[in-house]
Amino acid sequence: MPDSPVITHEAANSAHAEHSSYLRHHFNSTEQQADASNFAMWLFLLTEVMFFGGLFTAYLVYRNWYYPAFVSGSHQLNVVWGTTNTLVLILSSFTMAMGVWCSETSRRRGLVLCLTLTFILGLGFLGIKSIEYSEKIEKHHVPGLHYSLQSFLDPDSDAAAKAPGDKPLPLDMARKTEVYFSLYFLMTGMHALHMIIGIGILGFMILRARAGAYTAGHVTFVENFGLYWHFIDIIWIYLFALLYLISRH
Amino acid sequence: MSMHTIVSLPDQSTARIPKDNYITRENGLLSWLLTSDHKRIAVLYLISLSFFFFIGGALAGLIRLELLTPQTDLMATDTYNKVFTMHGVIMIFFFLVPSVPATLGNFLIPMMIGAKDLALPKVNLLSWYLYMTGGLLALYTMAVGGVDTGWTFTTPLSTHYVNTNVLTTGLAVFVAGFSSILTGLNFIVTIHKMRAPGMTWFRLPLFIWAHYAASILMVLATPVVAIAIVLVMLERTFGIGVFDPAKGGDPLLFQHLFWFYSHPAVYIMILPGMGVISEVISTFSRKRIFGYTAVAFSSVAIAVFGFFVWAHHMFIMGISNYAVLVFSLLTMLVAVPSAIKIFNWTFTLYKGSITFETPMLYAFGFMGLFTIGGMTGVFLGSSGTDIHLTETYFIVAHFHFVMVGGMLMAFLSGIHFWWPKITGRMYPEKLSQLAAVVTFIGFNFTFFPQFILGTLGMPRRYASYPPEFQVLNVFSTAGATILGVGYLLPVLYLVWSLKYGAIAGNNPWQATGLEWQTQSPPLTENFAVMPIMDHEAYDYAWLEDQQQKDEREHRQLQERQKETEVPSAG
Repeated sequence: MPDSPVITHEAANSAHAEHSSYLRHHFNSTEQQADASNFAMWLFLLTEVMFFGGLFTAYLVYRNWYYPAFVSGSHQLNVVWGTTNTLVLILSSFTMAMGVWCSETSRRRGLVLCLTLTFILGLGFLGIKSIEYSEKIEKHHVPGLHYSLQSFLDPDSDAAAKAPGDKPLPLDMARKTEVYFSLYFLMTGMHALHMIIGIGILGFMILRARAGAYTAGHVTFVENFGLYWHFIDIIWIYLFALLYLISRH
Repeated sequence: MSMHTIVSLPDQSTARIPKDNYITRENGLLSWLLTSDHKRIAVLYLISLSFFFFIGGALAGLIRLELLTPQTDLMATDTYNKVFTMHGVIMIFFFLVPSVPATLGNFLIPMMIGAKDLALPKVNLLSWYLYMTGGLLALYTMAVGGVDTGWTFTTPLSTHYVNTNVLTTGLAVFVAGFSSILTGLNFIVTIHKMRAPGMTWFRLPLFIWAHYAASILMVLATPVVAIAIVLVMLERTFGIGVFDPAKGGDPLLFQHLFWFYSHPAVYIMILPGMGVISEVISTFSRKRIFGYTAVAFSSVAIAVFGFFVWAHHMFIMGISNYAVLVFSLLTMLVAVPSAIKIFNWTFTLYKGSITFETPMLYAFGFMGLFTIGGMTGVFLGSSGTDIHLTETYFIVAHFHFVMVGGMLMAFLSGIHFWWPKITGRMYPEKLSQLAAVVTFIGFNFTFFPQFILGTLGMPRRYASYPPEFQVLNVFSTAGATILGVGYLLPVLYLVWSLKYGAIAGNNPWQATGLEWQTQSPPLTENFAVMPIMDHEAYDYAWLEDQQQKDEREHRQLQERQKETEVPSAG
């Protein structure tokens, strides 16, 4: 009766000795390792699509039901800040893409610069977002006990936000603006949460990159983070269109 | 580096537990808590899952005790609400969803495809920690007073009208959900990227196909329940207006989001179990699974159809009649791939050399009970009967036939089947056969009366009932006691077998999968050299050929030895 060949794990491990230092023990090649983690990242982004999908579904349903409230609500948003933020994010996506390129072409200083720029732009986005949020808080447009219908029942009292053609909403419809702002805070808040997590990871990456990581052939982490960053960017593009732009002519 | 798959008949007299294996490689609690070995993580899961199962089971015992008499006498009605809610939450999110995938799937997927580990070992460990965090939050919730919304968190009940711990329970489910997402993600990446040379998609064991299908559901459906729960939590704390009808929100939206996960979730629970049954039926009939391709694709079909039937939980919630019609039809369609599996397993048995080891007994239990559970699902899928039967004990019985009769049987079948591989030791066969039979009898006594109670109109989720229902309820409670014994037995003898069980050897069942071609318990890296798959899955003809060849070589070797011995004697 034949026996399985007896091979100790030292012998099995020694076969890996010649491979690169970053090759994890359970992969056969660096290509397999990079493939697997890229694929995992795409799958993770798919789960993110489903996560935001629930919110987008809610948005679509209620927009259909409470169209006038959603139009009036949308007019309360500050398009200038929104556009600025969109540009900031697109720019940060560009710096991130350059970062990935620097990593792939082993440019350490370039990588650190790009990551730092992305980091700053990300913070800039959050800063602008907080300005927008504070406007909403001042006007009592945060859903909850202190929600105010003033701007919708009497648009003239809020001349700064009034768009041409804005008419006072009947009380019943004006109340539905709270649904709009619920979704506004949920969607932008969830997006901002993703930004904060991303900025945290960026900080970690900057420290590691200064120490020489990611520029010695093992670029998967930077590539995957790049995917995540672009994904947040794309989510924002949709939010910008659906929340700010859709009801303007 | 190649290795011909070696078929070794276990020789019990000389079999020994190999000195170097995944259990003995490192010692100490930390080496387990910080491990990235999929096999050790599977064992961690097995221990923690069993713990939660027995907590959920104890709660089920309390429910059955209360229902022994028509009056509300054992506990206050509020307490009863909390007990059945926690039973549901713990059993579904902390036992059924991770049960087979996190234990057997974790242990076996890399071994079956000839890999050293899952593609993302650290993520795998993270998923266990998330699971434990969620589980401890659920226990904390119980300790501080529990929650009484039902496991479905129905709004506006959960957002406005209860004063119990909805937030911590929601958080527990949310965190456990991420554990499930990461497990599914890890499985998909592993099955795509880590297969050994020669392991093509249609050579994969059906266990892998089933887990692949379940993983798709985990990855796509779980995020939706995550956001639904976030919305409930925010609505409860900050009073946002997404589900609150007073503000223009719609509670139905919550139902859609919740069931968009929670219906596919039953397939997340059952599909891996079906994978186990395919392996067991094939091994103990000594035959390739009849219609391999059909069974493989039926798993994927269940996953796909499973996404489009969620509204059958909402037939009485005022959705449009046309939606009812469409969802009713789609629900019937899920019966087709499920039936394909049952038929193909039955045809596999036909003319097979069937033996009745414990895993096979559980598998038979699965086939019978799952069929009843599935067929009663058709009653519930057609809107006419559903309106009468939903929210009665009929639905409780249906769900438990599929989940306890189906899934739990499959889980126990798999645990027994791979126990020799996991621990290197056999469980006591006679005793475990007895346990399988006790479980089957106890199960039927517990849940069959509930079908009748349901058709008679006994509603679910009440602590009291009219006296004329008592006889059947007594049957059910008595059955639950037997069932409890049936579940306790395996714990006792499996723990006993860790020390005193017979040594299993590499391949005690003489099965074909790659996991059986390596030592038990396996090496940390699973295979001494990378295996190469050069035959189909379940190829028992190939296995017999190999065995005959081995015997022939063995005989020739002996003859040659004799020949060399003769001259020296002369």
